[in-house]
Amino acid sequence: MAVLTEEQSLIKAQASAWVIDKAPVASFRALRDDPTQGGFSRSTWQSMVDMGWSGILAPEACGGSDLGYLTFGLILEQLGRQLTASPLLASSLVGVSGIMLAGSPEQQAALLPGLVDGSTLLTLALDEGARHQPEQVALTATAVDGGYVLNGGKTFVAEGMVATHFLIVARTDGATDDAHGRSLFVVAADSPGLQRHALATVDSRDYAQLVLGDVKVDASALLGELHNAGTTLDALLDRARVAVAAEMLGTAAQAFDMTLDYLKTREQFGSVIGSFQALGHRAAALFSAQEQARSCVEAALQAIDDNADNIAELASLAKCHVGKFLHAMSNELIQIHGGIGMTDEFDAGFYLKRARVLEASYGNRAFHRDRYATLLGF
Amino acid sequence: MASEFEASVTEWVADNLPQALVGVNLGMYGPDTSDPAVLDAFEVWRSRLADKGWGAPTWPAEYGGAGLTDAQAKVITKALARAGSSNPIPYLAGMGVTMVGPTMLEYGTEEQKAEHLPGMASGKVRWCLGLSEPNAGSDLASLSTRAHKDDAGWVINGQKTWTSGADKSQWCGALVRTDPDAAKRDGISFLMLRMDQPGVETRPISLIAGESPFCETFFTDARAENDALLGALNDGWSVIKRLLQHERQSQTNTPVTSAYTDPVHVVAKRYLQTTADGKLADADLRARLADHLMDKSAHELTIARIMADARGGNVEVSATASILKNSATDVAQMRSELLLEIMGYQGLGWEGAGYTAEELHAVREWLGGKAMSIYGGSYEVQKNIISKNILGLPETTQKG
Repeated sequence: MAVLTEEQSLIKAQASAWVIDKAPVASFRALRDDPTQGGFSRSTWQSMVDMGWSGILAPEACGGSDLGYLTFGLILEQLGRQLTASPLLASSLVGVSGIMLAGSPEQQAALLPGLVDGSTLLTLALDEGARHQPEQVALTATAVDGGYVLNGGKTFVAEGMVATHFLIVARTDGATDDAHGRSLFVVAADSPGLQRHALATVDSRDYAQLVLGDVKVDASALLGELHNAGTTLDALLDRARVAVAAEMLGTAAQAFDMTLDYLKTREQFGSVIGSFQALGHRAAALFSAQEQARSCVEAALQAIDDNADNIAELASLAKCHVGKFLHAMSNELIQIHGGIGMTDEFDAGFYLKRARVLEASYGNRAFHRDRYATLLGF
Repeated sequence: MASEFEASVTEWVADNLPQALVGVNLGMYGPDTSDPAVLDAFEVWRSRLADKGWGAPTWPAEYGGAGLTDAQAKVITKALARAGSSNPIPYLAGMGVTMVGPTMLEYGTEEQKAEHLPGMASGKVRWCLGLSEPNAGSDLASLSTRAHKDDAGWVINGQKTWTSGADKSQWCGALVRTDPDAAKRDGISFLMLRMDQPGVETRPISLIAGESPFCETFFTDARAENDALLGALNDGWSVIKRLLQHERQSQTNTPVTSAYTDPVHVVAKRYLQTTADGKLADADLRARLADHLMDKSAHELTIARIMADARGGNVEVSATASILKNSATDVAQMRSELLLEIMGYQGLGWEGAGYTAEELHAVREWLGGKAMSIYGGSYEVQKNIISKNILGLPETTQKG
């Protein structure tokens, strides 16, 4: 069970202080209000790189620190608290994990140093429809002399407008919904034939649609085995799911803290509203849900670090359970704040909007509930 | 952690556990049998554990314990389970080992500890608790059983209810009003009295699930010794708050399982149709089972996390007991409701040959489990504790 080491506690405290000081929700508001900023601040990203966060999962030989997923999750939780916009999750966790899980030594040596120093931004491009269906891949990669040609589209690609490279899941064999026949390719964002379009999502963050028309890549762009990306992709997605769950935990925890603070200060009917039992009991239920959500997230992060045999089960548990809590918490954040919670001037709306995007990312509750039942054999 | 200790425990258990008891359910009052061989073996086992100090292993040796750490006590529990047995003494002692004893270690005088603790730790003296009254349930502080002193000691009059095991106990720890003029929480004391005396009468209570260990207990000029107060006069409310923390902890530190039935999804696959790929055909029930099993895992992971944090000295375990009590209740009650739904008509039997033992047990457990959100501080009282003591929300504006 996750008892933090001294180093982890230190990194958590450092991240917490840094986020509040350098990348608070006010910074996110400024980014939202100025579309020319491109969704994230380069200087904020550079600070993260300077603190070593982009290299937490990479080996020391490539400039990383190899500190593991629990450490990374602690940082993501702090970023989630302030809705800090950055490619850290999409590139430094998902991108790096993809290269670590599937890349050959040559591919790792070629890509990891750029990912660690922040110059390369690599993001996963998987989903093609309106929901997460990892087996539903229609985008094709066809073998040609010396490489492959990719044709098709992707959507809901996180940090897709700033990415320098995409980790693209392509169909190389079988029917559109076969588990077999999917392959992973690393494709440069400036490849001829690749177009990207920004999606104006409700959370004002960077999501993109990709259109690939006869995009030619070298044979060395194939990551892992041809046709057999399934197992690697499952492992990669589970890491992404747990990472998003960690961010969601932070978002929900901040929403809880804001709500609790309001309960202690807002007066109506001559009393602080937190003295009303109907509200006190709701706060108690939300706090209990938060404790349980934290247990699921920390257990899942620890399981990845331990390379345990129940990572898939814990990943679905964490994503589903935190999703349930964040969903309820983001609604209560608005409801308990009342009218002020409905105004754009107050931050509550940011948390509600971001919550739904995170809930949908890498599988919503229904997806993970079904997967959990399947994993348990019913 | 001493694997040496674990080895010595395992060896002692192997040498001392009577073969006749292996795999036998030791029950609340001993094995449910009239077989003299088993009953004799049970008495041997009790006395060996008591002599070793393992009835209450974390208590000091001078009071009948063994002076061990919580971690060592867990090693013993696990070793006993591995050997197909358990420690019956906490059950034999009623509320003694789990609640009255730990509280007495903190609040008792030297004389009280020497007099009472060894009896609990050996399982020879059973204790009950006289707390709730017909008009003082969740609002325990409004209790009206009163005690006053005369030349010979304390005189107690009033009625208690939900006194678990009162008809089989030798001693009772009772909350009584000793200052009728003080504010309600300030005039209460914790008094210890013998149950086998003319002024005490008990009547068992039959519950919705059938027979129960609960009783109504009547005090009519019942007597207690001069030195029968645990804690200071009129300070019974602090004593009981601490005692109830021990109760919540003893109720919540174990995972939610049942000795009688398989996990719900396994039972479901026995009773219900499945699709070709082994999924339950009823998609709605399947989703609710998955939600329940995830809630159960989250609850168990939270116990594990809080215990790990406590070992690291990071958290006061009792502060989280209310959270765990309510989540344990949620999980257990939902489990019972799901089991009944899965069993259909077969989950509606009271007794008789038309039902399997598992089905009948599921029904009784469903009914009995409704008490979980009522006893030990109701579901709503736990939420009050969380909102005030943990979250720091102000006292509710309504009276109470």
